[in-house]
Amino acid sequence: MIRFNAAITLGAFRLDAAFEGDSGVVALFGRSGAGKSVTIALIAGLLRPDRGAIVVDGRVLVDTEKNIFVPKHARRIGVVYQDARLFPHLTVRQNLMFGRWFAGRAEQSVDFGAVVETLGIGHLLSRRPGRLSGGERQRVAIGRALLSSPRLLLMDEPLAALDDERKREVLSLIERLRDAFKVPIVYVSHAVDEVARLASRVVVMDSGRVVAAGPVDEVFGPSQVHAGENRFGRSSVLTGRVAGMRAGYGLTEIDHPSGAIWLAGPAGAVGREVHIVVRATDVTLATTRPQDISVRTILAGTVGGIEKDDGPLAAVTVDLNGHGHLVAMTTRMAIDELALKPGDPVFALIKTVALDERSIAPSGEGAGGSHDNGERR
Amino acid sequence: MDAVVFELSPDEWTAVRLSLQIALTATAFSLPIGLLAGYALARWRFPGKMLLDGLIHLPLVLPPVVTGYILLVLLGRRGVLGAFLADYLGIIFSFRWTGAALSCGVMGFPLMVRPIRLSIEAIDRRLEDAAGTLGANGPWTFVLVTLPLALPGLLVGSILCFAKALGEFGATITFVSNIPGETQTLSAAIYTYTQVPGGDANAWRLTAVAIVIALLALVASEIVQRKASRRLAQFE
Repeated sequence: MIRFNAAITLGAFRLDAAFEGDSGVVALFGRSGAGKSVTIALIAGLLRPDRGAIVVDGRVLVDTEKNIFVPKHARRIGVVYQDARLFPHLTVRQNLMFGRWFAGRAEQSVDFGAVVETLGIGHLLSRRPGRLSGGERQRVAIGRALLSSPRLLLMDEPLAALDDERKREVLSLIERLRDAFKVPIVYVSHAVDEVARLASRVVVMDSGRVVAAGPVDEVFGPSQVHAGENRFGRSSVLTGRVAGMRAGYGLTEIDHPSGAIWLAGPAGAVGREVHIVVRATDVTLATTRPQDISVRTILAGTVGGIEKDDGPLAAVTVDLNGHGHLVAMTTRMAIDELALKPGDPVFALIKTVALDERSIAPSGEGAGGSHDNGERR
Repeated sequence: MDAVVFELSPDEWTAVRLSLQIALTATAFSLPIGLLAGYALARWRFPGKMLLDGLIHLPLVLPPVVTGYILLVLLGRRGVLGAFLADYLGIIFSFRWTGAALSCGVMGFPLMVRPIRLSIEAIDRRLEDAAGTLGANGPWTFVLVTLPLALPGLLVGSILCFAKALGEFGATITFVSNIPGETQTLSAAIYTYTQVPGGDANAWRLTAVAIVIALLALVASEIVQRKASRRLAQFE
């Protein structure tokens, strides 16, 4: 679907990256300044690489050796920016029709009515962007990009400017678009839950380079764990299957080889595979299986690794017997008093109240992993 | 009194008509060039940019008589450019109403370029990038995004240029003289009346006309500006 291999120097910053993506959602993941937005600009044709080639959908957009550079207006790549960038002098309808008109009748593969309905923007059509809320603007921007019938949709942190409520709303819309309109998407984000939920492949970038790439759960494995800067930014991704719903209590039981994971709220049909995002600060460790405790989720595993320095905190990676990893944020004092060391059997406790439907992310296959995300709220 | 004000002689009507015709022509011809100059100053980097900027603003700071004299030397029948234009293209500016329009346009030009430049500088260029990724090439992006967003500046610039052209006197009278029916504008006609004995009543009549035109222009520009700012407010 996309083959990217390009280098560009912009002042003191140098990007030199190569990755590939298939159909579906490829996530470009990394902290700010990692080069994600530069990559997007290169694919969209807003920047010209010093060296390299970019191929989308079998079509060569850039090849510096063959002196090919397709200008941005001829690339048919839709872009959704963090700040919607709607045309302020045009109505919502005119904004939506902008790219559609340039695509030409023959190329209009996306149905106007279907997009408007899916995005729920029918009642906004005659308004101007100045009168829209942040979430509405972002939905219109997604519609505008989609209606230009792009070969590839680039989304550059489309949720970053939205509050939590809007984030959930737009995220589930993107999910629906991914499934309904079958447009391949390159999705830029530094939020692990968004990536786990949407993407089938992840490309991790740092300082202008690709440091890891592959399926979501592989990439978010323990090798990607860095010593913690922000203890609230660490999370792990576990994969399990919906085992059943305890209707009377509104709880869902997720089957995982290391134990049952309970979460508050629905998670879909029985047997569905889900990714569960667990914040490291929500995980407690015990050396024996605790009795008489309110925590419902108790997973058995072994200590994989302990990261600690002179600070008060330590991060423990729990190996769930080959079925993923869980990072627990603890204090250094607790590690010392429990005398935890790699290889020790351990029980990881997750408070059910810390998990709800927002923590789950249906998609892909695989076990699970953990990862660091310093910028997450 | 009303007879005095409203019964203008044919010559006086001609002066009023000429003033409007000259001012409108000056504005209409300045607009595309002003847009180009404003765009160039806002967006392009080229050697001599400061020089161009200074040249455009020169009529604003020079005494109008000097500007008029320079035009006369350059574009008069025996001027360097004037002789060429007359001999090869048949375009004659000196002592014609077209020359008056030219001098008015030159005088109004800096007032037109400044707001255009400012409004183009204020445009978020990422919107133009967005138009590009949606399939619009350069010219289409200019027509569909840049130009509409620069519209307030174009309107304000046109109004300022028109107002300046309507009242222009020094450069015009120096360049194309004061010929009734050809280059005698309202201002020049009033000036002429003040120079002859017993011309006060006539001067007053034309002054009243000038005031009415000025007020109408003010009201019109106010309406246009309000509409423009209302549109702008919707942008926010």
